[in-house]
Amino acid sequence: METYYLTAHQLRDKLKKKEISCSEITKSSYRRIEEVEDKVNSFIRLEKESALLKAKEVDALIASGGSVEDLTGIPVAVKDNICTKNITTTCASKILKNYVPVYNASVIEKLESRNYILLGKSNMDEFAMGSSSENSHFGPVRNPWDVNRVPGGSSGGPAAAVAAGEAICALGSDTGGSIRQPASLCGIVGLKPTYGMVSRYGLVAFASSLDQIGPLARDVEDCALMLNVICGHDENDSTSINKEIPDYRSFLKPDIKDLKIGVPSELMVEGIDGEVKEKILKVISMAEDMGAEVEEISIPSLKHALSVYYIIAPSEASSNLSRFDGVRYGYRNTEARTLRKMYRKSRAEGFGDEVKRRIMIGTYCLSAGYYDEYYEKARRVRTLIINDFKKAFSKFDVLLSPTSPTTAFKIGEKTEDPLTMYLSDICTIPVNLAGLPAISIPAGLSKDGLPIGVQVIGNVLREDNILRVAYSLEKAIGFNDRPGL
Amino acid sequence: MGKESKYQSVIGLETHVELDTETKMFCGCKLSFGDEKNTHTCPVCLGHPGSLPVTNKKAVEYAAKIALALNCRINKYTIFHRKNYFYPDMPKNYQISQYDIPLGVKGHLDIDMGSYTRRVGITRVHMEEDTGKLLHTGSTGRISESEASIVDFNRAGTPLIEVVSEPDMRSPEEAREYMIVLRNLILFLEVSDCSMEEGSLRCDANVSVNVKGAKKIGTKTEIKNLNSFKFLQRGLEYEVKRQVEILESKGRVIQQTRHYDSKTGTTKTLRSKEEAHDYRYFPEPDLVPICVEEKMIEEIRKTIPELPSEKARRFEEEYGLPRGDCIFLANSKEMAGYFEESCRYYDDAKNIANWIMGDFSALMNKDKITTIKESRVTPENLCKMLKIVDKGQISSKMAKSVFEEMFTTGKDPENIIESRGLEQISDKGLLESVIDEVIGENPGPVEQLRGGKEKALSFLVGKVMAKTKGKANPQLAVEIIRKKIG
Repeated sequence: METYYLTAHQLRDKLKKKEISCSEITKSSYRRIEEVEDKVNSFIRLEKESALLKAKEVDALIASGGSVEDLTGIPVAVKDNICTKNITTTCASKILKNYVPVYNASVIEKLESRNYILLGKSNMDEFAMGSSSENSHFGPVRNPWDVNRVPGGSSGGPAAAVAAGEAICALGSDTGGSIRQPASLCGIVGLKPTYGMVSRYGLVAFASSLDQIGPLARDVEDCALMLNVICGHDENDSTSINKEIPDYRSFLKPDIKDLKIGVPSELMVEGIDGEVKEKILKVISMAEDMGAEVEEISIPSLKHALSVYYIIAPSEASSNLSRFDGVRYGYRNTEARTLRKMYRKSRAEGFGDEVKRRIMIGTYCLSAGYYDEYYEKARRVRTLIINDFKKAFSKFDVLLSPTSPTTAFKIGEKTEDPLTMYLSDICTIPVNLAGLPAISIPAGLSKDGLPIGVQVIGNVLREDNILRVAYSLEKAIGFNDRPGL
Repeated sequence: MGKESKYQSVIGLETHVELDTETKMFCGCKLSFGDEKNTHTCPVCLGHPGSLPVTNKKAVEYAAKIALALNCRINKYTIFHRKNYFYPDMPKNYQISQYDIPLGVKGHLDIDMGSYTRRVGITRVHMEEDTGKLLHTGSTGRISESEASIVDFNRAGTPLIEVVSEPDMRSPEEAREYMIVLRNLILFLEVSDCSMEEGSLRCDANVSVNVKGAKKIGTKTEIKNLNSFKFLQRGLEYEVKRQVEILESKGRVIQQTRHYDSKTGTTKTLRSKEEAHDYRYFPEPDLVPICVEEKMIEEIRKTIPELPSEKARRFEEEYGLPRGDCIFLANSKEMAGYFEESCRYYDDAKNIANWIMGDFSALMNKDKITTIKESRVTPENLCKMLKIVDKGQISSKMAKSVFEEMFTTGKDPENIIESRGLEQISDKGLLESVIDEVIGENPGPVEQLRGGKEKALSFLVGKVMAKTKGKANPQLAVEIIRKKIG
C-alpha cells in the first residue's frame, strides 16, 4: 500500500491503530522519491539508510507500547538551511557544500523528541535568497505541476517535495515569503508563524529580524500539528517569545461566522494576474457565504514594503554572511597566498550571483554616509508599516490577499531580471516586516492547471485566527487536485 | 625654556577591561587563560552558521558596576550593535559591541597628582566581546616570516568593557596616573583581575598637541600597543615630542593610527585616516534591547564597596594620617584592609603605616609580591612586633632583622626573638654586674669619661654590647655607666 500522499494526521491515526508500520510509511515515501526526484530535484541530500533504521526503531518502540504522538514516525523533509547534527547543511551554496554542523537546530531537537523521520535535506535558493529555487548550487528545483516551471522560493525544495508526494510534510524558512509563495505555487499549505514563536537557533541566518521557520504540508491540520511541535520558548534564541503555547488544533473549526476579514487594496491591484485576482474574489465570496464580514481596507504604507525589505534584508545578510570566509569551515581557495586574497577568492568562488548581489546592496546601505539615507530610513518606514497593521487589526480579525501575484513562471523566465523576480514577494513581504503570522492555502487551479494560493494574515500571536479561517476556507474550497507527475 | 613647555598635550584614553565572569559574553563557555588551545569553544563563539548570542546577565551587572563607580549615568534602555570587519581572530567577522546607546555615559574619575587633582571626564562605558588570538608559527612569531597562522578561540567572546575618557589629560604622567587609578578602582570592584601582562587590561591613547592658550586643539593620532603603565607614559612622551617637532618645523600632524614599539620606544604609522575601517555599525538583530531598571541599578549600587578615594578621605579623618599616606594605603583593597586590621591590634596608626610603606613594601618589591595578602606576615604578628619594640624588649634595629625573618618564614616574632636569643637585657642587676666587669677591665677610657670625653662612653657601651652579644638595652647601659662613673 502506498501511503505517500496521506497526511501526517491520517498516518498518525493508522499508526495508532497499528494498521501500518512506520517502516512501510518510510519505504513508501522513498519509493515515491525514486519515482519523481529526477524530475523535481527537491532534495540536496537523502538520508535513506538512517531513515529506514530510525523507522525500524520507532516500530520497535511502538510495538513495546511507546506512544504515537503527532509526527512520530512521519517522514519529513527539512530545508537545507536548518542545522542537522552530523548531516551536511549546505544552504544550497558551494561555500557550505561540505559543511557538517556539530549541533542540531532547536526545531530539529523538538522533532527528534517526537521520533520523526528525517527523509533528507531539501533544495532551495542559495542562503534562502530568491523566489524561484533556481539559485541553487545543486541545480534548480522544478514545479511538480509543470516541470518547466519554478516551484517558487526560497523553500522550493520543501514545497515541491510535499506537493509531489515525496515528503508528508516539511520544514521551511520564511524571510519575505519563502514558505508561503512556494506553497502557493505548488498547491500546498504553508505557514509562517509570528516572529519569535519558533526558535531560530540553528537556522542559518539570512535576515535575522525577518527569518522564521515554519511548516509546509498538504492540509491546514498538518500545519497546526507541526506548529504544536516546533513552537515554544528557547533560551538559545534571545528573540524567542516566552509565552504559553495553545493547542493549535483546537482552532480547526469550520466556523468563521461574524469574523471580520479585511482585504488590503494595495495587495489586490498592481501586477496581480487577472486569473489570480478572480480566484481570490471567489474565495472572498465563499467567506461571506459562511457569515464572515469582508471589507476592503487601504494600508498605504504597504506600497513601500518591497523597498524597505530590499534594504533591511540585504543589510542584515551582508553582515550575517561575513562569517563565510574560508577560515574555520566551508569552501576555501587554497591557491591564495595572502589573507585578503584568500577571503576574496573563497567568497568570490563560493557564493552565487544573487547572494553576491545582496551582500553588495547590504554593504552599500550600511556604509558610512549612506546608513541614514537607506538603512535608518527603511527602519523608520518599517515602523510605519507595523503601526498601520496594528491599526488594521484593531478593526479586522484577519487580512486576506493573494499569496503570489502570479502562478508559477517558467524556469529561466526571470533570472535575468532580478527586479521582476523581487516582485513575486510583493504580497508576502509586508507580513515579515511586521512579524505577523500568515498562512497560504490552495484556492484552486488556473486554466493552465497551475495552483493559485490565498494568503490569510493575522495579528501578532493570533495564529488561532489564521488557522480558523484557513481551515474553514480549505473545507469550502475543497481543493484535492494532485500534480500529474 | 624647552620647546615643549610652549605646548600642551591633550590626551584621551580608551581602555579595554576583560571581565572576570564565569562564562563568556554570549555563550556558556568558561573563561580561561593559558589552557590548551580551542578547548573552550562552542558553535556560538566559533561563529558557526545558525548559532545565536545570548547576553550574559552577570557581565551586564559587572559592566554597570564599573559605570556606576565611574559616576556614569546608566542608560535605562541600551542596545548592542554589530561592528563589521574581516579578521581571522573574529569568528563572525563582526564584533557584537555597543554604539550610540552604550550602558553608561557622562561620568568622571578624579586623579590625584600630588599638587593638584585632575578630573577626567568619562565619555562612555560600553560592553562588547573579545576576539580570539592569532598565533604565527615559526621562531620569530611574526606574521611576515611565518609559514602558517593558527587561531585560538578560547578568548573569543570573553566579556569586555571599554571605558572611553574625554581628552582631559594634559601630560603623559596624568595619563599614566589615570590608568593606575582606573585599574585600582576596577580591582576594588572585583570584576576583573586587570592584568596588563595577560591582556585583561589594555589601552589605546588619542593624543594631540597645541600651543598653550590656543583655541583649537591639534590634529590627533591614535597610539596602539601601550600595554604597560611604563609604555603608556613612554609612548605618549615620544609621540608628544614627535608632534611638537613637526609643529616647530612648521609641518602638519597627520591624523592616523600609530603603533608603539617598546623595543625602540618610538611610534610608527599603522594606518592613515583614509585607510580607516568603515565598520558599518547597525543594531544587532539577534539580541533584544537591555532594559536596566532603577531597582537593578540600586541593587548593583549596593554591591559597590568603599572606593579608593572615599577610603583615603576616611583614613585621613579616622586615623589622622598625612594625605600621602592615606592615598598610598587606600590604593589597593588588600593594603587598606591590612592596615585597618592592624589598627585593631595596635594603637599607633602612623607607626603601622610607616612599617607598611617602608620595610614591608620594600621586601614585597624585592620578592615581586604584588599584594600584601600574599605575604606571610599577618597583621597580628606585625603588631606583636611593634609592641615588643615599644616595650624596649628589642631595639628598632633588631626589629628590622626580626621583620625580615617574619617576612620570609611567616614565624611569630616572639619565636624568632627567643630562638635567636635576641631579647634585650633590661635587667638592671644583670647589666650592673657586666658593667662592673667592663669598668674594671678598661681603666683608661673610664678616666677619659670622667674627664668629660663623651667618646669614651660609646666605647664602653660597645664593650658592654660585645659582652652581652648585642642584647644589652643600650639606653639602660648608658644610664648605669653614668651613674657608676658620674
